[in-house]
Amino acid sequence: MSINPGFAPSFSLDGRQVPFTAGQTIIQAAAAAGIYIPHLCYRPELKPHGSCKLCTVKVNGRQASSCTLQAQAGMVVESDTDELNDERRALLQMLFVEGNHFCPSCEKSGDCKLQATACELGMTSPHYDHFFPSRPVDASHPDVLLDFNRCILCSLCVRASRDIDGKSVFALSGRGIGSRLIVNARSGRLGDTDFSAADKAASVCPVGVILPKRRGFAVPIGERTYDAAPISVVALREGE
Amino acid sequence: MSYRLETAAHPENLRRVAIDPVSRVEGHGKVTILLDEQNRVQQVRLHIVEFRGFERFIQGRPYWEVPVMVQRLCGICPVSHHLAASKALDQIVGAHRLPPTAEKMRRLMHYGQILQSHALHFFHLCSPDLLFGFDSEVGRRNIVGVAEKYPETAKKGVLLRKFGQEVIRVTAGKRVHGTGSIPGGVNRALGVAERDALLADIYRIVAWSRDAVHMAKELHTSNPALYNSFGIFRSNMLSLVGSDDKGPGALDFYHGSLRARDEDGGILFDKVDCRRYDDYIEEEVKSWSYMKFPYLKALGKEHGWYKVGPLARVQNCERIPSAFAEAERREFVDYAGGTPMHAPLAYHWTRMIELLHAAETIKELLHDDDLLGGELVAQGERGFEGVGVIEAPRGTLFHHYRVDEDDLVTMCNLIVSTTHNNQAMNEAVRHVARRYLHGREITEGLLNHIEVAIRAFDPCLSCATHALGKMPLAAELVDAEGRVIHRLSSA
Ligand code: SF4
Ligand code: FES
Repeated sequence: MSINPGFAPSFSLDGRQVPFTAGQTIIQAAAAAGIYIPHLCYRPELKPHGSCKLCTVKVNGRQASSCTLQAQAGMVVESDTDELNDERRALLQMLFVEGNHFCPSCEKSGDCKLQATACELGMTSPHYDHFFPSRPVDASHPDVLLDFNRCILCSLCVRASRDIDGKSVFALSGRGIGSRLIVNARSGRLGDTDFSAADKAASVCPVGVILPKRRGFAVPIGERTYDAAPISVVALREGE
Repeated sequence: MSYRLETAAHPENLRRVAIDPVSRVEGHGKVTILLDEQNRVQQVRLHIVEFRGFERFIQGRPYWEVPVMVQRLCGICPVSHHLAASKALDQIVGAHRLPPTAEKMRRLMHYGQILQSHALHFFHLCSPDLLFGFDSEVGRRNIVGVAEKYPETAKKGVLLRKFGQEVIRVTAGKRVHGTGSIPGGVNRALGVAERDALLADIYRIVAWSRDAVHMAKELHTSNPALYNSFGIFRSNMLSLVGSDDKGPGALDFYHGSLRARDEDGGILFDKVDCRRYDDYIEEEVKSWSYMKFPYLKALGKEHGWYKVGPLARVQNCERIPSAFAEAERREFVDYAGGTPMHAPLAYHWTRMIELLHAAETIKELLHDDDLLGGELVAQGERGFEGVGVIEAPRGTLFHHYRVDEDDLVTMCNLIVSTTHNNQAMNEAVRHVARRYLHGREITEGLLNHIEVAIRAFDPCLSCATHALGKMPLAAELVDAEGRVIHRLSSA
């Protein structure tokens, strides 16, 4: 273990000393030290957004988003506690019922971060009543399908398209329960944008919204991302 | 073939018996019987509430999702829907010939499904009735009762089914809701270890399947008065028959062309390309049932209805391409005396002949190294319409889709096995009601006769699949004003 409290500033995370470098967020420092903090709207290569609240930890007794809060020496951070995990499970349950997530017939099953995180945290049922929203799919693009039924509004695609692809194909619109993902085209259709299947935004969706067409279930059960290892292991290994 | 007892002449003065099992997602069935003052049966109807909303649900979905999604149609034989949809979508991706690995993996999956489904039906659901008698003590008329009295039989039933489920798991990826079959082929080959594990058991499975045929045959032939006549009606028969490369007229559950015979066994049509099914089959809607009534167009509504499933298939084909099952088929045909056997209870015997054929076919496939690897998917010129037909455990299953330029499904039409048998099951129920209920006080044992007739067809209804003798069933005698005058419950 490369943790060396003697030479770098550090904070305590669930009783372990975690070193950090200036400007690092709690989640970044934790990942560097091999500690997984559940998250959905965070990816290291994109600016944090702090919206899903799954990465919420307690810092000196007060809740904060670990993907946005910078680490400071001497902080006392709690993450893997019953209380926080209960809250994370409730957040996940709400995400499941707000959209239409039918895991058994979803092609993202086994590769889906929402599903994998729910597994990791031992969520066994959606608990709340399903909203069953009516959301159409957008199949206008020749290579990529958008199935809005599964969108959790994490905005990763928005940030990837704007900050990495330089295209701003996606945006979040509306507020609260009326929030939704929109496509920046007069028609509102992906086929009328300059979006490409090679864009970064095409590969960041944690759930099954932005999908390459005609791939479907080509990867068999047993060989999918989270078949062999849980997300807590995969996330650290892949630096996600 | 007639509509006798479908509609009473003066229903207003009759009492009503409803046999109404509790519903589950697959759809549920209900039998209503109208009796007059002297308990004479005046009208009998089997109503099946089908899950029709599904066809709409599929519209607007991307086509590659469909083979997995349609498995939610039926909790009883999801694999059949998985494969029928895949076969239809092969035509969308232009895969008119699948690579050998893909075709054989799908066959293996399908024959595994036939094996597990037929074993479940015969041993778990029907053997209690057949071994103990239709009006035997309810408490014993279940698989637990069978396990006590005939432990070997019950054990074989459980293990046959388990083997079939294991075949499904290694081909589809999971026992239920697998993903193995995809448009144009499959997503996996069989692992050597998986193959060897199945091979280690298959000889025992074939032997037990032979025992199962012998048991069904023995039950039938030792009580011809009952088995040859219970619920009997005569009808046409429809099924797939294998393509000629396996020898003409061979039984094939996975692929082939359509053949229909009349009630005397004469060929009505043959070698009909499945994609033209709607030139030959029409579906009638009746006001009193949610489930449609299909019939052969050429013969019209009144004479064109038919039966599907094991009894139709085993008599529609000219041979079964596996040695033991073929010998059994011949014996069955000889027993029937050269004319078609129409007795519903003969479904059991033919179902076990098919179980044996499935086991033998699995054995043959397991010796074929094509399963272990090679091309998994084929592709060709993009199509916009596809029809996939398969012989599901319960009978012929049609999946028909249209897909647009954007890859979304615009039309879906399904005709499931149980729908084909709708009129046939109604006929059987009417026959039984006339024969056993007419003029008598209704008892649980008598009502079970109705269920036995329905169950012979193995419909995918909750009422037919409640194991352990707990089929929740209520019969109500209702007077002309609709007041319940007597209620009988078997649960
Ligand atoms: S489409 Fe995917 S990446 Fe974009 S906001 Fe929705 S869930 Fe997030
Ligand atoms: S990962 Fe921090 S709020 Fe979503």
